[in-house]
Amino acid sequence: MATAISVKELHKIYASGHHALKGINLDVQAQDFFALLGPNGAGKSTIIGIISTLVRQTSGSVTVFGNNVATHVYETKLDFGVVPQEVNFSPFEKVADIVMTQAGYYGLPRSLARERTEKYLRQLGLWEKRDNRSRMLSGGMKRRLMIARALVHEPRLLILDEPTAGVDIELRRSMWDFLQKINESGTTIILTTHYLEEAENLCRNIAIIDDGKIIENTSMKSLLNKLESETLIFDTCDEIFTHSFLGTVRGVIRILDTHTFEIDIGPDYDINQIFSCLNGMNIKVKSVRSKVNRLEQFFLSRVKSS
Amino acid sequence: MLIGHKYIAFETIVIKELRRFSRIWIQTLVPPAITIGLYFLIFGNLIGSRIGSMDGFTYMEFIVPGLIMMAVIQNSYANVVSSFFSQKFQRSIEEILVSPIPNYVILAGFIAGGISRGLAVGAIVILMSFAFTTFSIHSWIVTILVVLLTATAFSLAGFINALYANNFDDISIIPTFVLTPLIYLGGVFYSVDLLPTAGRLVSSFNPIFYMVSAFRYGILGTSDANILWSILMLMVLVFLLFLVCIALLRKGIGLRH
Repeated sequence: MATAISVKELHKIYASGHHALKGINLDVQAQDFFALLGPNGAGKSTIIGIISTLVRQTSGSVTVFGNNVATHVYETKLDFGVVPQEVNFSPFEKVADIVMTQAGYYGLPRSLARERTEKYLRQLGLWEKRDNRSRMLSGGMKRRLMIARALVHEPRLLILDEPTAGVDIELRRSMWDFLQKINESGTTIILTTHYLEEAENLCRNIAIIDDGKIIENTSMKSLLNKLESETLIFDTCDEIFTHSFLGTVRGVIRILDTHTFEIDIGPDYDINQIFSCLNGMNIKVKSVRSKVNRLEQFFLSRVKSS
Repeated sequence: MLIGHKYIAFETIVIKELRRFSRIWIQTLVPPAITIGLYFLIFGNLIGSRIGSMDGFTYMEFIVPGLIMMAVIQNSYANVVSSFFSQKFQRSIEEILVSPIPNYVILAGFIAGGISRGLAVGAIVILMSFAFTTFSIHSWIVTILVVLLTATAFSLAGFINALYANNFDDISIIPTFVLTPLIYLGGVFYSVDLLPTAGRLVSSFNPIFYMVSAFRYGILGTSDANILWSILMLMVLVFLLFLVCIALLRKGIGLRH
């Protein structure tokens, strides 16, 4: 499969002297759904800025579908669309005009621009708002408008810098569905987010950046397998008789109340033994859930150790 | 980018610019019309009638070309500096910067917007002047050439100002402390022949003096400066400003970190 993005030995030193990127190496395969995670100030937006040509690299190289962003500017820019972290359209323009104008910047003829504008505004649930000034939109609508604008020239690569920040959960999930469909249709997606649940649900591969360096770059599955321990919470239908229960199950158990307990388990732990034990005591399990998001758990431990 | 695509991108920027200054016409078109109207009324009509003739024309006739030029200069500059800086401030300029439009097309789009507003206000001033005086055009070619070159030069200058501006104060400093004195001392209201030798020497370093003189020649057929020299100087100025703008865009000054 072709490489969508290849970053080699990328350094960025800002005029202030801040060394934001310290030799980043990163490859993203075409059609991947890739998460770029890191704490605030880690360098995520700087990488996205360099790929989208808004930030100039100090050294190293970035290629998008084989074209160097520094030397093949035109070819590169046709291949990607960017949804920035902050709203960056004029608040005084109408919704449809914002998307139409962006289409014009890519040289799309007016009839095609109109067709694409309608297509993406409808897909993102904004068609009814097409004649509204953008300042009248809610926060979630503004985010969706930026996605429509980034897609109007139908790029092969979509870069999303925290696209669901400040968006309510219902809307966030509908955006996830939309992004998954876009990805399934062949568009490579790079996502930065603070919602680790979002990255875990959507992305197949992941890189974690901290202090300008990549500290983890692997598939989501193998990353989660590296978790040394996880805490599961069991909700039961029947009351737990504390003392008899504690002695029969292997592992560190904490009783939270008469119907809830949590247990720390390692990667090789056989969860069936808990069910067998509970079954033997005629205790029915109502639900089992992870105490914290697994990726979040890994992310925190990895960033802390780095 | 294919030529056809570049044209669509250029047209898109121009339409956006026209839409912007038309939408806020009460800020962009009305105030200069009122200001220049007051100049006509006070300097041209009330005081001008007591001044008598200047270079063989009534004072009102004499100041009309200068006032048109003043409107063109101020508005072409103001349009580009305010529009481009606003887009920088709102970060909507990133829409253009991430797209594949070449720098010279971006520049041409904003400059066309500046020229359009300069000419729109200039046309309003011409219409207003007919309420106070009548005049015919001495040389259409010189008039059109000079007004276009002047509007282009000040649109380019406004663009440079916008690139370097970091806040709204930065876009008002140049118009207030540089442009206004140069315009007022550029022979809009008087002939430099009235000045002492030292005053004439100082005026010869003021580019607006040549613009006003050449434009006055185009309309009235009289000028304080050599026409060919003035037009040549204007062309050189436009060319140099264009090169500076392109170099700044290429370096990403004020736009890319």
